[in-house]
Amino acid sequence: MISLAGRDILQAWGKFVFTGVGLGLLIGVTLSMAGIYRGMIDDAKVLLDNSSADLWVVQKDTLGPYAEPSSIYQDTWRGIRGMTGVARTANVTYLTMQVRQGERDVRAMIAGMAAGEPGTPGWPPYLVAGRQITRSHYEAVADIASGFKLGDRLQIRRNHYTVVGLTRRMVSSGGDPMIFIPLKDAQEAQFLKDNDAILQSRRRTEANPAFNKPGSPDLLDAVIHSQTTNTYVNAVLVQIEEGYSHDDVAESIRRWKQLTVYTRAQMEEILVGKLIATSAKQIGMFLVILSMVSAAIVAFIIYTLTLGKIREIAVLKLIGTRNRTIAGMILQQAIALGVIGFVVGKIVATLFMAPIFPKYVLLEPLDSIFGFIAVVLICVLSSVIAIYAALKVDPAEAIG
Amino acid sequence: MKHLPLQGRTLALLAVIVPLLVLFIYVGLRSGPLAPVAVTVVTVESRALTPALFGIGTVEARYTYKIGPTFAGRVKRLEVHVGDQVKAGQVLGEMDPVDLDDKLRSHEAAFRRAQAALREADARQTYAQTQAGRYKKLFAAGSTSAETLYTKQQELTIAAAGFSAAQEDLARVRSDQDGLVTQQKNLRLIAPHAGVVASRDAELGTTVVAGQAVLEIIDPESLWVNVRFDQISASGLARELPAHIVLRSRGDQILNGRVLRVELKADAVTEEMLAKVVFDNIPQPLPPLGELAEVTVDLPALPAAPTISNAAIRRDGDSVGVWQIVDDELRLTPVTLGVSDLNGYVQVKKGIKEGDRIVLYSEKALTSSSRIDVVDHIPGVSR
Repeated sequence: MISLAGRDILQAWGKFVFTGVGLGLLIGVTLSMAGIYRGMIDDAKVLLDNSSADLWVVQKDTLGPYAEPSSIYQDTWRGIRGMTGVARTANVTYLTMQVRQGERDVRAMIAGMAAGEPGTPGWPPYLVAGRQITRSHYEAVADIASGFKLGDRLQIRRNHYTVVGLTRRMVSSGGDPMIFIPLKDAQEAQFLKDNDAILQSRRRTEANPAFNKPGSPDLLDAVIHSQTTNTYVNAVLVQIEEGYSHDDVAESIRRWKQLTVYTRAQMEEILVGKLIATSAKQIGMFLVILSMVSAAIVAFIIYTLTLGKIREIAVLKLIGTRNRTIAGMILQQAIALGVIGFVVGKIVATLFMAPIFPKYVLLEPLDSIFGFIAVVLICVLSSVIAIYAALKVDPAEAIG
Repeated sequence: MKHLPLQGRTLALLAVIVPLLVLFIYVGLRSGPLAPVAVTVVTVESRALTPALFGIGTVEARYTYKIGPTFAGRVKRLEVHVGDQVKAGQVLGEMDPVDLDDKLRSHEAAFRRAQAALREADARQTYAQTQAGRYKKLFAAGSTSAETLYTKQQELTIAAAGFSAAQEDLARVRSDQDGLVTQQKNLRLIAPHAGVVASRDAELGTTVVAGQAVLEIIDPESLWVNVRFDQISASGLARELPAHIVLRSRGDQILNGRVLRVELKADAVTEEMLAKVVFDNIPQPLPPLGELAEVTVDLPALPAAPTISNAAIRRDGDSVGVWQIVDDELRLTPVTLGVSDLNGYVQVKKGIKEGDRIVLYSEKALTSSSRIDVVDHIPGVSR
């Protein structure tokens, strides 16, 4: 048995393949868009994974530390550490800022990690080069997305940090690379104003007669000192002992410590459901529009291809070909076009679009399978119009 | 004759479709979650560690002399400026006596008046003594009444008490006067020790309260660094350990020193231990007080033992371990870690031995079912 569709494709295969490639580019963009959406969600999830925490303890009634500012006293961890079911606690601070290195600067999220050993919550769980921090000051571990290299000197506020280690896929929920520095430095970075501002604030304090009394000359120094210390952190990361329920421990901290506690699931909801909700909706909207445009274009291409050979179809009808055979031919061609388009699209999205896109693009196999099914469905649906046009044609047109 | 099933066009189509399919399969398997994780593998080596502690501190003077008046007053003169060298006992300035001289004169007058009062009391006592003696004889001769004798004896007792009171009053006035003289001497601001003037906090004519410092003198020989070490990484800190000091303004210069003492009181708020580190040779020019210094304290070297980089350490639940490669399979081996040094090397007490192959770096977090691809260095890391 001869395949009508195959024969027809071979007749003008170049045109067919190129049409498929064109369609493939469009599908590639659609797949990348889905990948960008997945990437955004993954960014939020890796942020949670990398902190290796089970619970996040934050300021009461805030959505901290990622979605809202939160500050709690740096010794709050002591009380939490003593509670039943808590295995490990660690202070942490997060601050998104421009990090300078020589002439250039990079937008990065500075994470302050508590002193300890590798494996402490808040520390990068794995590295791709270099080593973990060993000094309690002025060392940094940077994500490779920041473009920093081992041995680079970074400037954060007025201090210089040496990059001793590199990580991969350690990003903030906004996709900014993370830079890990010791907690005490990070607290200072978060609080430290520039020198001019400090000077101004000192002058203001000096000018205040309540703080600068002639009878008590030491008061001013004490006040200024109290202004230049930061005893706050943004959150306490908690790891739970095995065998304890995360929700129970969270509830007891909430109840007895008067703090807000989030579990992993709640945190994910905050990040995915609130923090990136708008941008995710944007991407989702683009995805829908792109899918509709792709469907329209596929329908248009197949319709044009069919109209291009309307005479041949008329001849086929004239020699008594059954309608089913003609419809089958058009359908097979449409599906073949879709398959070529999908294959090209997948290759383009993976090899060309994902690596050069500035944000992380996560192409999941399941998405690809859904994409494939969607492409085939769209092709089948769009061939309906072409089939209708083909079946409607009058066999007399073959000779007229 | 029938044509070959494969025509030129079919071949051309295949030439396009087949590479496309191959590329598609490659893309499907080598990227995304199905792709193997790139890791680098190292062999555990035995090496001797020289652990060290790192802290930061500020330059301070061990002896700071704050010199000021002992009572409120006005600064009359100051003879030294910041940076001047002073000797022990040198007069550095003087406070304005205000009404102190007048008070002294008033006290001198009061002293003379008390002397006169004493003389008067003496005269009264002598007279009363004479009278009492005379009436005693008259009474014995029966020429006077007993009452008159008793009156004269009482007068004598009163006169004696008056004399004592005048004596004490004189002593009081003298002491008052001495006190004022001492205060007058105390108006001079005198250096208690040789050193350098570090600050001049009040100028001529400034009124200062008692105890407020006018001048601050430091002993440059007593400069030390007040260093703070995080409590969690300060084990082994002890006195007499050698230290290397880098001042913030002289980053390229490493100064040698030693730990003078470890403070018995730690900082409870910042969770730090405090130690004082002294310079072997005081740097010249003198570093300003309050300058930031990075201090590295060398701990005694340890004998060789299996050592890994801290980048290889992973935590899984309660245990700390490393990904070991045994028969090309990944296994998270729990380890007990020992001492680490500042270069990131950690000695392993238990768990793995020399010659074991472990994962150092990985492209993403590993699980025991991860497929791995051993590479020289992780892709994307610029070298």
